[in-house]
Amino acid sequence: MIERATTRLHVETQINGENTDYLCGPEQSLLEVLRDVLGLTGTKEGCNDGNCGACSVLMGSRLVNACLVLGAEAEGQEIRTIEGLAGPDGLHPLQQAFLETAALQCGICTPGFLIAAEALLDRESEPSEERIRFWLAGNLCRCTGYDKIVRAVQLAAERLRQAGQLREMEVPT
Amino acid sequence: MVGTRPIRPDGVDKVTGRALYGSDIRLTGTLTGKVLRSPHAHARIRSIDVSRALALSGVKAVVTGKDLPQAAPDEVIDLGEGAGKVKYLRDNILATDKVLYEGHAVAAVAATSAAVADAALKLIAVDYEPLPAVTDVRKAMQPEAPSLHGTLTPDAAPNISGQVHHRLGDPEAGFAAADVIVENEFTTETVHQGYVEPHVATAMWNADGQLTIWDTTQGAFSVREQCAEILSHPVSQIRVVPTEIGGGFGGKINVYLEPVAALLSRQSGQPVKIAMTRAEVFRSSGPAPASWVRIKIGATRAGRITAAEAEFAFEAGAYPGDPCWVAAICVFAAYEIPNGRIDGFGVVLNKPSSAAYRAPGAPQVAFAAEQMVDELAERLNLDPIDFRLLNSAREGTVRIDGGAHGGIGSIECLEAARAHPHYHAPLGRRENPDVSPQPHPTTAQPPPQGGREVDPSPSTGEGDAVAGGVVPSAEASSSLRRGRGVANGFWVNAGMQSSCTISVSADGSVHLVEGSTDIGGTRAAIAMQAAEILGLEAHEVKPVVADTDSIGFTSLTGGSRTAFATGIAAIEAAREVVRQMKERAAQRWELDPEEVDFAKGVFTAATNPTRRLTFKELATQLEKTGGPITGSANVDPQGRGVAFATCIADVEVDIETGKVGVLRFTVVQDAGKAVHPSYVEGQMQGGAVQGIGWALSEEYVMDEKGHMLNPSFLDYRMPTALDVPMIDTVIVEVPNPGHPFGVRGVGEVPIVAPAAAIANALHRALGGVRLTRLPMNPRTVLEATGLIDR
Repeated sequence: MIERATTRLHVETQINGENTDYLCGPEQSLLEVLRDVLGLTGTKEGCNDGNCGACSVLMGSRLVNACLVLGAEAEGQEIRTIEGLAGPDGLHPLQQAFLETAALQCGICTPGFLIAAEALLDRESEPSEERIRFWLAGNLCRCTGYDKIVRAVQLAAERLRQAGQLREMEVPT
Repeated sequence: MVGTRPIRPDGVDKVTGRALYGSDIRLTGTLTGKVLRSPHAHARIRSIDVSRALALSGVKAVVTGKDLPQAAPDEVIDLGEGAGKVKYLRDNILATDKVLYEGHAVAAVAATSAAVADAALKLIAVDYEPLPAVTDVRKAMQPEAPSLHGTLTPDAAPNISGQVHHRLGDPEAGFAAADVIVENEFTTETVHQGYVEPHVATAMWNADGQLTIWDTTQGAFSVREQCAEILSHPVSQIRVVPTEIGGGFGGKINVYLEPVAALLSRQSGQPVKIAMTRAEVFRSSGPAPASWVRIKIGATRAGRITAAEAEFAFEAGAYPGDPCWVAAICVFAAYEIPNGRIDGFGVVLNKPSSAAYRAPGAPQVAFAAEQMVDELAERLNLDPIDFRLLNSAREGTVRIDGGAHGGIGSIECLEAARAHPHYHAPLGRRENPDVSPQPHPTTAQPPPQGGREVDPSPSTGEGDAVAGGVVPSAEASSSLRRGRGVANGFWVNAGMQSSCTISVSADGSVHLVEGSTDIGGTRAAIAMQAAEILGLEAHEVKPVVADTDSIGFTSLTGGSRTAFATGIAAIEAAREVVRQMKERAAQRWELDPEEVDFAKGVFTAATNPTRRLTFKELATQLEKTGGPITGSANVDPQGRGVAFATCIADVEVDIETGKVGVLRFTVVQDAGKAVHPSYVEGQMQGGAVQGIGWALSEEYVMDEKGHMLNPSFLDYRMPTALDVPMIDTVIVEVPNPGHPFGVRGVGEVPIVAPAAAIANALHRALGGVRLTRLPMNPRTVLEATGLIDR
């Protein structure tokens, strides 16, 4: 007779800006919690062993593979997933750039790439091609050959810089 | 419309995470299915005892091969891509008498949770009698090799499962007339398509016998037909609902989990979902076959090929089925060769049953043949592109397989490659990689003089990339060597059957229902072709990929057929809509329908051009003029156009470590007509990078007993963003006369030439060393240069 562990952990966290709590088993990954407990299926599973990046999410400012993080580790954290990237005003500049430059084909890796690219642009406003390739090397894409993904990130970075400059100009000196 | 770059209709769902893929399907009460797989590469199954698993609390169903209907030994089915034995199809789903590869499914359970399902698998007792395994294609061909199925073809060694033999002209006389003859043997390893989404299927078998399968697949109808055969269940009782598909490349055509989930659902009365782990995907789906290839080519001093000979053997994997026949068409298809011989063999051995992977069979033979073509050019002191042009196939060329080329873009691709700045630039990375050249709208300009790179400053050593010998990089003392190589790729493409239905909405937009699953942007390419006919904007045609009950039969998404064949279905359905709309305009104007013209989205009376109605205006009046309008088309187009692509590769190799890097890569490809150029470029870039992975790092590493040692993305080693440069593209457009807009399939051919182009570049970088084995990883390089022993 197999007895499933009855212990459930109560986890309080913030997901995409909303206070959230859930019960999870001590062995459940954050990926399982997001997809199976919370129904946030935008975060994808490609390998479940940290080698494809399809489940990339932000934990605070850290870019992590949700399959390698326990659900319990989200306690007290701020989690950001693909579902939180677009705001009420529309798509995030990265999402818009991916669409315009055809930086996706099948789309299964796209949420992970967008989150990873967001983590990069949070840190650096003008990353070089090499820097973008280095930063995105934890995310596998089998369709695009990466060319259009790198260009989409460059385009979004440029637009974000321009938007930032406009905001600065609006500030009275 | 055709030739523009609108945003794809399914784009927003895919960048926001809302698109539903195979594992995102959640039905109430779904059980978790898991599969027990063989630890042996070859063994007889003495018995399977599932009683303890069935008794476990939470287990709702347990199935083995005995739960599948038993096929007569010689019962054969044809699933559109060649006939196969029903027994093989079923045995691959759940083994009965023998397991033939590590990871072969032997039993499956459905349980209330994954943990219970895992526990149940451990309670299934399988008594195996291990048998000797064979995993090398040349060893498996020998008469004394361990036999998988007994003799498969008459007068051949037991494991030989298929043969192809072609002869043209007089090969002996052809070689006798040659001044130079080159010959070599090559091998390639088993590789995987590497789609990021693992296989996953959900099935619900209702009490009334109606079976519904939600599936990530390249062909919903293909899944329906396979499940009908495997389960002996009528197609009318099976509905397949295709989800979004996270990559396929040929690997999501065959069924693996679907019939098993169906059996478990029938037994349990509940929906059952089974997902493969990544290791299961590597071990238990269908990789692309390893190969052994021998090529011999002769040419005159003037540079004309007089004869060619190819002999090759492809792994079929555990069951018969290999790409020999198509490899035989492709191997010399780029050239006009008067005399030749091709002998190909398919061989069963103890690896997973092989499946299609993007231009199946062509990259393996191109790796060999395009190196020998290059070798001839070098021996004759000719530029490699000039030599290929001198011998290029053209319309009317009869191939060694007996087929003749129609209108083809071989010469145009070669000329565009020769004219490309890359071919004349110093070796290395493109200077301004952030600026991409615009796609070439038409065929290339005449090539500049010389046609090959001339070293601008020999002292830097960055010179004479194409024809040169050892080319040291910037520092003479460095262990880095650079070289440039080119290669040609050919692929046959496919036509096959497609259906489309277009209905007109009151706001003047249309809904397009299609049966082709969309792997890489075909919704856009198909909708745009309908929009072109209807005079609408791209966003005014709303495409939907339908389930098998909701659209006419449509063959799988494969063979580079979808933008071509389903595009033709969309064009014909749109023309039917126009025909019916003309009737409504005629009715309003009290004319005959023949007296109504339609152009650029506007209906006009032929007799009085001031009487006009736009498509939108007429659409708002359908209710008053006879009701809704739907146009449908079912097509089986025969005018597929074949595909050519030429690659230029710059590589750098460290002669001390054997590590190879790709510095610059250009793909020139004939698209016939690029419907959505961005997605055509995407196919070229994606195919090129898969080819780079095949060339440099990817392989199934097997131990002597047939166990795969690297079944993870970490160890299998597909290229990351950091491993490759920007991939420059040039779209050449030589129209395909078999399509109203000239469209050719574009998906597969870009994977054919990269490994050969890289090998040719390495040959120059390494001062004349030929790399005859894939992957060209550090070990292969260092063994070839003699730095380490084989």
